[in-house]
Amino acid sequence: MSTQTSIQTSEKPLGRDELAQLVARDIVPGSFVNLGIGQPTLVSNYLTEEQNITLHTENGMLGMGPAAEGEEIDGDLINAGKIPVTELPGASYFHHADSFAIMRGGHLDICVLGAFQVSATGDLANWHTGAPDAIPAVGGAMDLATGAKDVFVMMTLLTREGVSKLVEQCTYPLTGVGCVTRVYTDKAVFLTGPDGVTVRETFGCTFEEIQELVPLPLKKAE
Amino acid sequence: MLNFIDTVGEAVAGIKDGSTVMIGGFGNAGQPFELIDALMDCGAKDLTVVNNNAGQGDQGLALLIKEGRVRKMICSFPRQSDSWHFDAKFHAGEIELELVPQGNLAERIRAAGAGIGGFFTPTGYGTTLAEGKETRIIDGRGQVFETPIHADVALIKALKADGKGNLVYRKTARNFGPIMAAAAKHTIVQVSEIVPTGSLDPENVVTPGIYVNSVVRVGGSSAEQVA
Repeated sequence: MSTQTSIQTSEKPLGRDELAQLVARDIVPGSFVNLGIGQPTLVSNYLTEEQNITLHTENGMLGMGPAAEGEEIDGDLINAGKIPVTELPGASYFHHADSFAIMRGGHLDICVLGAFQVSATGDLANWHTGAPDAIPAVGGAMDLATGAKDVFVMMTLLTREGVSKLVEQCTYPLTGVGCVTRVYTDKAVFLTGPDGVTVRETFGCTFEEIQELVPLPLKKAE
Repeated sequence: MLNFIDTVGEAVAGIKDGSTVMIGGFGNAGQPFELIDALMDCGAKDLTVVNNNAGQGDQGLALLIKEGRVRKMICSFPRQSDSWHFDAKFHAGEIELELVPQGNLAERIRAAGAGIGGFFTPTGYGTTLAEGKETRIIDGRGQVFETPIHADVALIKALKADGKGNLVYRKTARNFGPIMAAAAKHTIVQVSEIVPTGSLDPENVVTPGIYVNSVVRVGGSSAEQVA
């Protein structure tokens, strides 16, 4: 199936866990990482001890461990999704302003976020659908998007209606401008930057098929 | 002036109608439930409340909102699966919302306590939350001017206080406590334990007592208060 020039690395589109596994594999050893609420949280299941990754949670902790179970559950030890978690040896606690200084100050290597839309230039829309009756709630999304050195997005490539979420310009309200560096989807991995969008690899389809789905010019990774 | 107070009711008795009240906590961790209940009982109304959220379920801040005592919420994340009291007031047009990105909320509170008149931050630049605010390009990056959030009163929860009002917290329940303590004119702290002066290691004090005005002990260790 694969030829010298094919960038298709899987026969089928990736499931949520397979995608999480791929993101986990791509995280450089020794990184400080913040995993957003929802799908990005799955990434933690696939980080290995050898990678020596330190997880940050914006409610004030570095060195967050896996979700707490049974006796471990402690109401004073939760993550940003308000789920009880555990602490690893070497963990530290700090107040909210310090926690966001860690992001804003550029100390965090990677954050992984979900998205409604990502634009050709890496604009991110993930906090608000813009529906007039929706109560707006932003949390730490804007701080994470602008603060981390690399912002990875995890999402399905298409909406339920079959429309690409990778777009020329976001139509949903923005979370951050030009902040996304990589987009991991079920059908392909995209690298976004000032030079446009490059498809790194595809899953269950060819580069040409991805180009059919996405309404902006794509480049194929060398 | 530091006071050790016997009951939460006495601790909040001075809170006046129209006050701006900071309430610590992120989710249930660090939320001073007993002080919020006392604020409910004391009857103060027309309040502006600063908290990360806008109340959950049928307790604490959610009840204060339900009873129409909160005129305005300054928060980052009011919409949750169980924030029905805020939802109802908001849709009825009976509560004002100032939505602030969480890091800006924290830094604006910190700025108030530190005497900073405002700051430029990249967070929110180019978004609807920056509309109407002064912007500048600094080091090639768009930044938004944000102003401090001051408060008349802060209600926070810590693990222990010593006789000087020095505080230590517990795990992620620390969250907004230290910055709110500094940002308010009058800081009221509920603690699980009051320990003798000198028994906290000065190297480990998180909030120095200078920021604390009232301390009230509330029974039970915070570890037992799992919601």
